Amino acid sequence: MRLLRPILAFLASIILTLLGLLAVTFVIGRVIPIDPVLAVVGDRASPQTYAAARAAMGFDLPLYQQFLIYLKNVLSGNFGQSTLTGRPVLEDIKAFFPATIELSSVAIVVGVGLGVPLGVLAGVRSGRWPDHLVRLFGLVGYSAPVFWLGLVGLLIFYAKLDWVGGPGRLDIYYDGLIEPRTGLLLLDSLLAGDTEVFWNAVSHIVLPASILAWYSMAYLSRMTRSFVMAEMKQEYVMTARIKGMSECRVIWRHVMGNVAVPLVTVVALSYGGLLEGSILTETVFAWPGLGRYITESLFNADMNAVLGGTIVVGVCYILLNLLSDLVYRLLDPRAHAA
Amino acid sequence: MNNARSWLLADQPASPLQARMGRFYTSWLALSANPLALIGLAIVVLLLLSALLAPWIAPRDAVYVQNLDGRLQPPSLLHWFGTDELGRDLFARVVHGSRITLMIVALVAIIVGPLGLIIGMVAGYVGGWTDRILMRLTDIFLAFPRLVLALAFVAALRPGIESAILAIAITSWPPYARLARAETLMIRRSDFIAAAIAQGASAPRIIRRYVMPLCMPSVVIRLTLDMAGIILTAAGLGFLGLGAQPPSPEWGAMVAAGRGYVLDQWWVSTIPGIAILLVSLGFNLLGDGLRDALDPRQS
Amino acid sequence: MTSISPEAPLLEVEGLRVSFATQRGLVEAVRGVSFAMGREKLGIVGESGSGKSTIGRALMRLVPSPGVVTGQKLKVGGKDVLSANERDLQGLRGGKIAMIMQDPKFSLNPVMRIGTQIEEAIRMHRRVTRKAARAHAMEALLAVRISNPERVYHCFPHELSGGMGQRAMIAMMLSTQPDVLIADEPTSALDVTVQAQVLAILDDLVSRRGMGLIMISHDLELVASFCDRVLVMYAGRIVETLEASALSRAVHPYTRGLIACLPRLSEASSRLQTMQRDPAWSQV
Repeated sequence: MRLLRPILAFLASIILTLLGLLAVTFVIGRVIPIDPVLAVVGDRASPQTYAAARAAMGFDLPLYQQFLIYLKNVLSGNFGQSTLTGRPVLEDIKAFFPATIELSSVAIVVGVGLGVPLGVLAGVRSGRWPDHLVRLFGLVGYSAPVFWLGLVGLLIFYAKLDWVGGPGRLDIYYDGLIEPRTGLLLLDSLLAGDTEVFWNAVSHIVLPASILAWYSMAYLSRMTRSFVMAEMKQEYVMTARIKGMSECRVIWRHVMGNVAVPLVTVVALSYGGLLEGSILTETVFAWPGLGRYITESLFNADMNAVLGGTIVVGVCYILLNLLSDLVYRLLDPRAHAA
Repeated sequence: MNNARSWLLADQPASPLQARMGRFYTSWLALSANPLALIGLAIVVLLLLSALLAPWIAPRDAVYVQNLDGRLQPPSLLHWFGTDELGRDLFARVVHGSRITLMIVALVAIIVGPLGLIIGMVAGYVGGWTDRILMRLTDIFLAFPRLVLALAFVAALRPGIESAILAIAITSWPPYARLARAETLMIRRSDFIAAAIAQGASAPRIIRRYVMPLCMPSVVIRLTLDMAGIILTAAGLGFLGLGAQPPSPEWGAMVAAGRGYVLDQWWVSTIPGIAILLVSLGFNLLGDGLRDALDPRQS
Repeated sequence: MTSISPEAPLLEVEGLRVSFATQRGLVEAVRGVSFAMGREKLGIVGESGSGKSTIGRALMRLVPSPGVVTGQKLKVGGKDVLSANERDLQGLRGGKIAMIMQDPKFSLNPVMRIGTQIEEAIRMHRRVTRKAARAHAMEALLAVRISNPERVYHCFPHELSGGMGQRAMIAMMLSTQPDVLIADEPTSALDVTVQAQVLAILDDLVSRRGMGLIMISHDLELVASFCDRVLVMYAGRIVETLEASALSRAVHPYTRGLIACLPRLSEASSRLQTMQRDPAWSQV
């Protein structure tokens, strides 16, 4: 029961943050220069029609009432209609989001797989050439604009070398062959037992996922390095050495046991960062994900879609934070007592 | 030379000036021992020089004057970086683009630093409900992915470089507020603050005269470290067409403009991209080196 | 009590030097230290910065980089430490020579259970099954007078008090039955009330097992009452070696100064003595 109080406090803070998120999107939705009423009735409508439509859309109500209505709608999953696709925004998001999840998940797996070991290497050999090399490699990844990397990557690996698939999730002639179950193409094609589609999907996801992975690898290796360096200075590391453990075991058993705790938070944050990075990547790779949905809607002044997408990404962010906090509590024995 | 060195490295400096210079010198020694940091410094200096001397390096006309006969020419002696889809000299555009990049970075820093500092210091010093409300606000902004929020803001305002700067600033202040608050909480417990209160100093006075000077260094270091992120976000917005508008030679927008030609005329997109990469790498290398050099835990 | 003369010395040190390359040049923390010890309790005293803790780490070749250990001779149980390779060193550490440090809050791994940490030490040096290691760990915990080893075994370090933590640390370091134990300020982070208990446990175990103990401390009185012999260090060198019982006959001015600085209830004095240093002490 000791755990109950912090969990309640935590939930309260999550709910407050969510409300804030909705308030911000609501405000953005109100200040845009586009008149949503005008968009519906057209600019040749009579003032009477205009006023009627305005009332019907609830724009004549006081602001706080509008917010409550907005809140009620959003909470029941009603983000309104998308003017671009003509479908409810929620439907659109359901259709587009899996592509983003697939892309960023592959990227985070690669990013963690590379970033953590490299970060450990850099931290242990800090100040020497492996450290400089890892840092430089990481920093280049960190500094390169993803959209540009995507373009150059497509130019080299797709157009010139033809090693990878081009834009999109599949070659056109494979499109629609697989019935979407999870929405994750790699998984769906395997479930359907269609290896040809699977490998085609792999060839398409490799490049965008690698670019995103480079970015998250850069961040993860940097954070791992500093965590490792901080832990290496702790006294328990000396204790482990005094016991006669090899440096390798000292690092992987003792140091990493402690590094894992803050690292989880960082991985969660970096996954959130990938959701964001995917906006630009998806644009370059014509990847039919949420990021591209948001930007496309933006250019078509489809505010319902933009705000709906923003809320979904924001909620994912908050949930990731929540998740990392829970895992943190599980991993760190000191957090149980607090 | 040797004399100056021993003066700087004296164990017991005779004056505050000597102490400060000595600290500065040891930091510089640590920084200059790091080759990567020096490369970063060189890149940043190059950016500053190119922004400062742009009109002398490349004529301003070359940035905007179109020459449709000479469009999409590959790099040559005449056009070092080639020409773009409207026949404009890419070298001139990249050089003048450095001014835009520098302006964005500077303006964002000018807005974000003070904003975060004030919010954080007030929250940390006043405490109680003020603290709770301000920090909740900070958390809400932190909960948004930066680029997505910036996108939504730009959409609400209207695409353009001013909106981009404002949107980036609005989305980047929360970490500074957190930082300033943490520092303020630490400073607030000090005896010299207690002494100032005992002398009857008002809260605004204490914040301005005692807390702020002590919060400044960490905020400034954090800003250098964030420069690259700001540049990348601005370029990203430019690329999406939400930042600087054509014909402005903003690098991100230039990459976007060359997108359609990337298969055959690689340089149009690639070169401004390299400029973004170099400059943000420079800031990252420098910031990384600075943090290592100034971090007392390292020594 | 008279000192036991070292039969076959457990530890032989000759001309031990530890130097650190820093931005301001080479700093020598230990400058030519020589001593030998057998199955006795040897104290090393000195002020902070005198190099006493560095000696402890140097004996195990565990001086953090950029520190460099050199010397004419450094032998633990007849084995040369200076020329040993990393593998031999790992056998020596824990196996022949072990160390307990100041504060169990920092010297125990915070995310590992006490039992796991002790078992790990045992399994480092003896090929035993998990079950046997567990039994050994329980024994070790009982040996440091922990009445409820089962509970402590499953505890994380933060769940133990300082005294309990330090006992667990002693249990862990003695579980591999080393010949020499270095105790670096083993009680200075503990409450005064538990200091005596921990020292008693240490004394009892070391005497019973016939081990050598090196007690590193800044506390002259404590070392004098606990040890057989005392080395007094100043600026990286041993300035005087004394029988603990013969403290009052110290000849070196630094030692005499240290003794004079101790406040005494029997002599009313309005001012505490402070040390007058002579730069000549740190000259070779």
